[in-house]
Formats: sequence, C-alpha cells, structure tokens
Amino acid sequence: MKNTRTGREGLTAYLFLSPWLAGIVLLTLGPMLYSAYLAFTSYDLLSAPRWIGLDNFRRMFTADPRYLSSVKVTLIYVVVSVPLLLIVSMVLALLLNKGIKFLSGYRALFYLPSLMGASVAIAVLWRQMFGSTGLVNQVLGLFGITHGSWVGSPGTALWTIVTLNLWAFGATMIIFLAGLRQVPAELHEAAAVDGAGPIRRFFSVTLPLMTPLIFFNLLLDTIHAFQVFTGAFVVSRGSGGPADSTLFYTLYLYQQGFAELKMGYASAMAWVLVIVLAAFTGFLFLTAKRWVYYGDER
Amino acid sequence: MTAVTVGARPLFGRRKTRNPLVIGLLRHALLIGVLIVMLYPVIWMVAASFRPSAEVMNSLGLFSKNYTLDNYRHGWSAGQLNFSRYFVNSVAITALSIVGNLVSCSLTAYAFARLEFPFKRILFGVLLATMLLPYHVTLVPQYILFNELAWMNTYLPLVVPKWLGVEAFFIFLMVQFIRTLPRELDDAARIDGCGHWRTFSRIIMPLALPALGTTALFTFIASWNDFLGPLLYLNRPELWTVSLGLNSFLDVTGESAYGSLFAMSTLALAPIVGFFLVAQKLLIEGVATTGLK
Repeated sequence: MKNTRTGREGLTAYLFLSPWLAGIVLLTLGPMLYSAYLAFTSYDLLSAPRWIGLDNFRRMFTADPRYLSSVKVTLIYVVVSVPLLLIVSMVLALLLNKGIKFLSGYRALFYLPSLMGASVAIAVLWRQMFGSTGLVNQVLGLFGITHGSWVGSPGTALWTIVTLNLWAFGATMIIFLAGLRQVPAELHEAAAVDGAGPIRRFFSVTLPLMTPLIFFNLLLDTIHAFQVFTGAFVVSRGSGGPADSTLFYTLYLYQQGFAELKMGYASAMAWVLVIVLAAFTGFLFLTAKRWVYYGDER
Repeated sequence: MTAVTVGARPLFGRRKTRNPLVIGLLRHALLIGVLIVMLYPVIWMVAASFRPSAEVMNSLGLFSKNYTLDNYRHGWSAGQLNFSRYFVNSVAITALSIVGNLVSCSLTAYAFARLEFPFKRILFGVLLATMLLPYHVTLVPQYILFNELAWMNTYLPLVVPKWLGVEAFFIFLMVQFIRTLPRELDDAARIDGCGHWRTFSRIIMPLALPALGTTALFTFIASWNDFLGPLLYLNRPELWTVSLGLNSFLDVTGESAYGSLFAMSTLALAPIVGFFLVAQKLLIEGVATTGLK
C-alpha cells in the first residue's frame, strides 16, 4: 500500500521535474561531457573534431602569450576588485546600520547601480566617462590636472573595469546590511560595558557574526568576477585592448571560440576555469571551518 | 570618591549627547557624497541626452538653454535598423524568458519542496552544484548544439533554456519559500480531493506570489541586460535586442555622436529604472533574504 503510494508520488514528482531534468541532461550535463571531450580535440564546426590529446592545454600554458595575459588580467582583476567590493560594501552597510534616517531611501539608491552595472548602456557611459575628453578628465581639469584617455591607455584601462564592478556594490551591501541587523544589540552593550570601543566591538563582535555572509559574498563575488564580460567587451570594442590590458578570460574565450571558431581550444579554456573555480570553492569550504562562525549549534 | 564621580558625570554625559548629532550629520554627509559620486554620471548622461551634440562633450553641468529631442530623433532611426525594432525584440525575448522561468522553476521547486521521490537528495545536490557552475563550460557545446538544431538567428537559444529551468538559483529560491508554507494547507487540499497538480496550481502558487514576483523581476533584469547570448545567436539586425543595437551603434558612430548614444542608452535603462521604482521593496528584500545578485 505504502509502496504504491510513494511510487505514484515519485511518478508525479518526476512529471513536475521533467522540464528541469530535460534541461539538466540536454543543456548542462550532456554539454559538459561533450565539452570535456572537445577540450582534447581541434574543432572548427566545419570538419569533424580531431583528437589531439593534451595539445590544447600544452599550447595554453607554453605557446599562447595572449592566454597567459588573459589569466594575468583576470587574476589581477579578481584579487583587487573582490576585496575592494567587500570592504566598500561592509563600510557602507555599517554606516547605514544604526537607526539612520532615510534608511530605505539610501538603501534603494545605493542598490540601483547593481541593476544597471551589467548593461551595455552603462558600459557605453563608462567608455565616454573615461575617454580622453570624458567626464572624469573634465572634473580633473577643474583642478588643473590633465590626463590622457583612461580607457585608451594600457596602464589604466583595467582600472576602469574595476570601478565599473565596484560601482555595482549595492547588492553585496544589502546582504551585509541584512546580516548586521541580526547582530544582537545585547552583545554590543555587553562589550561596551566591558570597555570595548567601537572599533574593538566591530572586530570582536560584529565581524565574527558576519563571517557566514562574508563567506557567501566572497564566494559569489569571486565566481562572478571571473566571468566578467559585457563591460570589458563594450569598453574595449571586443578587442580586450589596449595592448590586451582588458583581455579578460571570458573575452579571450569568446574570441577564440566564436571569432576564430577554435571550439576545442575554447572548451579546454572553459574546463581550466571550471577546475580553478572548483578548487577555489573547495578551498573556501575547507577553510570555512576555521573562520566562519556558525552560531551556537555546534 | 563620591565627588569625583559626580564631577565626572556631566562631562561624560555631554560627550554622549553631542557626539551622536555630529556623527549623524557626518554620516549623512558621507553617504550623500558617495551617492553623488555614484549617481552623477548617470544623471549627467540623461541630461546630456537632451542637449545639442556640440554641448555634450564640453560641459560638466546638467543644465542648458537649448534642451532638444534631436538626439532621440537621430538615435532612434540611426544604426542599421531603428530602435523600435530592437525594443520590440527585447520585450519579446524578456517576456518569453520570464514566463519560462516562472513555469519551469515553480514546477521543479514544488517537487523538491513537497514531494518524495527516488534520488531526491542526489538531484537536489545537482541543483545546488549547477548554481555555482560557470556558464563557460556549457557555452561552446550549447552553441554547437543550437547550431546543429538550426536555431541560429532565432530566439530559441535565448528562451528555451529558461523553459527548461537552467537558472537554478530561482528554483532554490522557490524551494526555500515553499518550505515555509504550512503543510496543513496541502493536507486540507488533499482531504478536499485535490491532487498534486491542483494543490500546486490552486494552493501553493497563489501563496508563493512573492517568490514568483522576485523571480520575474530578476529574470527581467538579467534578460534585458543580457549581451553575450544575443551576441552569439543573433546576427541579423532585424532580430537584435536593445543591447546589441546599442553596441553596434557605438561601432557605427564611434565617439562622434555621444548625444544620440546617450539618448538610446537612457531609453535602454528606462525600463530597469521604471521597474526599480515600482518594485524596489520586492527587489531589495529579494537580495537581502536570498542573496540574489
């Protein structure tokens, strides 16, 4: 009796799940396996894939300086922009936390750029803003500073993309703010009675309680930062220039895969990224025990 | 001893009453300063879009005696086709994506939240894993697949994945939401003779409206802003979205026509700002409670 009921429920469940299951098989797992195979081939869509063993990977690390510079650009970007984003988000969340007036107004306005940051329209604006006669140089001109184009110079182009990412810090800030409001006031009061100043209270009370959210934001913002594309594409007009200084990993993958139709090479690149991100995620989860506070349940 | 305490008290008290006011004002000043730096470029862009082209590049301010709609007129019909076509295309793709996500994610979420079935834990693990999977790994093989299916230059590659629930985050969000709904409702429905389909469509879905709303809003924003998808699959200008239209407009006009570029950028952002104004509460709660970005 019970078996037939659970059997029927299982059948119903799989009916409900069928669109998702089809998606998992046809659009995620199947393609993943296929791209794992393609990573060991040379394939240009026109003739059948040709098995070349580890050649794609060998070329990546020994014979393709542009690949290595895309790795460098992406790593610099991730290492700079993610901590910057977390710190700015945390500082602003702290500023907004303690019963400030117009909280919902501030929160909304800080959040708005998060909705627009990935758009072509804002990238177009960024390209103007950091151009040679753009808004930034006009402001600097007021102070008598002259500077060339920020997007046109290899030394500064990457930083314009960093600011574009930083500009959209609102979502991360809101997550921190939601967490800060959960920090029990009694703990702060107790620490204050014990003579801890605001800075000491932040590091000894607030920060440990916020570690689960720091963990969450660090993980998602890092994964997100590895995948940056639209801003870099629009600002550099798809080239990753000047001098490959904004050649992000995804942009180079796009160029190799879809402009030069090196499907095998692009697949190999994608798998290297997956492995790096999986290693990073695994590392983060492993170290989490040491620094993420999970409450009193343990 | 007593004298010292009494003597010290006013000093202590004064510091406590004066500081919050000063600190509060400083805090507001700092926040407003940051907001101005952040939002001024966008406000400036909107203002510039209404100014004659000659004024755009040489003015930091917002005001002009010569406000005009010329940039909008010129921009709207510039490019290989006009922007009305791009807007219609973007709206179509976005609408189909939203409906697809709502249908596929809610069906999947109901099964995970309410039903027992073989391999449930494994499949839920798969769901969570796909949330962290970078899209790059499926980019190339999906492109090959859609190319084989002759779906190039159709909206299918952009829309069909949504109908097959590839956006795992929304499923997870709905699972979490449905789990908070009391089971007694399902039991009552079952006693009244409702099967799972009716329980899903008549009981759970109406109660899950906030989660559905959050999903719809974030799908709207993601589809509207999407650039890589249309760039890969839509080569014919009559199929282009607003994002692609803007991008090609930049290619065609270069730096010379920032006035019209800004006008079209403003129009491209307008729906996002519009939805933000209407539904900012739902959006912000969505971020705060689920970590959606």
